[in-house]
Amino acid sequence: MTAALSAEEIISQLNDKFPGAVEEAGADSVLVKSDSLLAAAEYLKTAKGLKFDYLNYITAVDYYQYFEVVYMLTSLENNHSITLKVRCYTRDNPTVPSIRGLWQGADFQEREVYDLMGITFEGHPNLKRIFLWDGFPGHPLRKDWNQ
Amino acid sequence: MEINSDKESIYSSAELDCDEGLIIEEVKASSRKSIPDPDAWLDEDLKRNIILTSVDWVINWARRSSLWTAVCYPACCGMEWMASLSPRFDLSRFGMEIMRASPRQADLMITAGTLTWKMAPNVRRIYNQMPEPKWVIAMGACGISGGIFRSSYNVVPGYNKIIPVDVYVPGCPPRPEALIYGIQMLQKKINKEKVLPDLSELPNTLQKGKKE
Repeated sequence: MTAALSAEEIISQLNDKFPGAVEEAGADSVLVKSDSLLAAAEYLKTAKGLKFDYLNYITAVDYYQYFEVVYMLTSLENNHSITLKVRCYTRDNPTVPSIRGLWQGADFQEREVYDLMGITFEGHPNLKRIFLWDGFPGHPLRKDWNQ
Repeated sequence: MEINSDKESIYSSAELDCDEGLIIEEVKASSRKSIPDPDAWLDEDLKRNIILTSVDWVINWARRSSLWTAVCYPACCGMEWMASLSPRFDLSRFGMEIMRASPRQADLMITAGTLTWKMAPNVRRIYNQMPEPKWVIAMGACGISGGIFRSSYNVVPGYNKIIPVDVYVPGCPPRPEALIYGIQMLQKKINKEKVLPDLSELPNTLQKGKKE
């Protein structure tokens, strides 16, 4: 089994490296600010002892007040995992930096989140709909979406 | 690496020659008599094999007993359809054991499964590629009406929104027996078709056109 690294250790490491980046910390999850996501993700991927070299999935949740993008990271080397979260507080044009440059597997997953939830990933090389067709009205997994 | 031309091949050329010789000898031995004029034995076959029947009956018989299906199984009803193909239910009893990967050789489409709008143009394209006459069986709740996904944003609410459907087989999924019953209903439907129109049933416009 993959051991979930205690968030406290990571938070302390992240706080040392990027003061003020961590917004909230759960039992096995870290919520970071959206403008420091790229730096934090790169640190998680490359730092010694962390080495989160595998991205399990990206998903997004609509909480009405905000959207939360969830990244599940695993280190195949150290056999531990962590959940990384980012929030966007606007409904009109929620934007999150793309992590496709760090984990290539993020490519299609970010497109899926964009397609169904309408979150724009800045810096994605080919951000267009993946499941639905061009011209589909709106983003159907949003809670306020209606046919 | 150089090829050593002195080394002999692992196959003896003598053996090959022997085999060839045997084949030639066999052909020679079986060709002593000359083949008779084809007309002679064709004539005999014609005498034995001509059956007189009505055109409608024989064409309908041929159509209903060799329904070849196009591949269109977007979802889980396909499993039940495979089960009905397998020996236990044995669809080949109806002359439809041959599944056609190419719609151009098929005359029946069994729409086994949920259809999304993104897939819909392709299904219609498959249908358009099938030669006339062609029939469609809507299999399962999703095929009939969209089933439990009917209110979803990306599911076609019934195949009859995009292609004409002849027989509806309900169930989620339908048992193979239900599908076979549906196929038999379709066969009865095909049996009622008329290839040649009755002259008395021709529309009046045609007769008027002749006069003018």
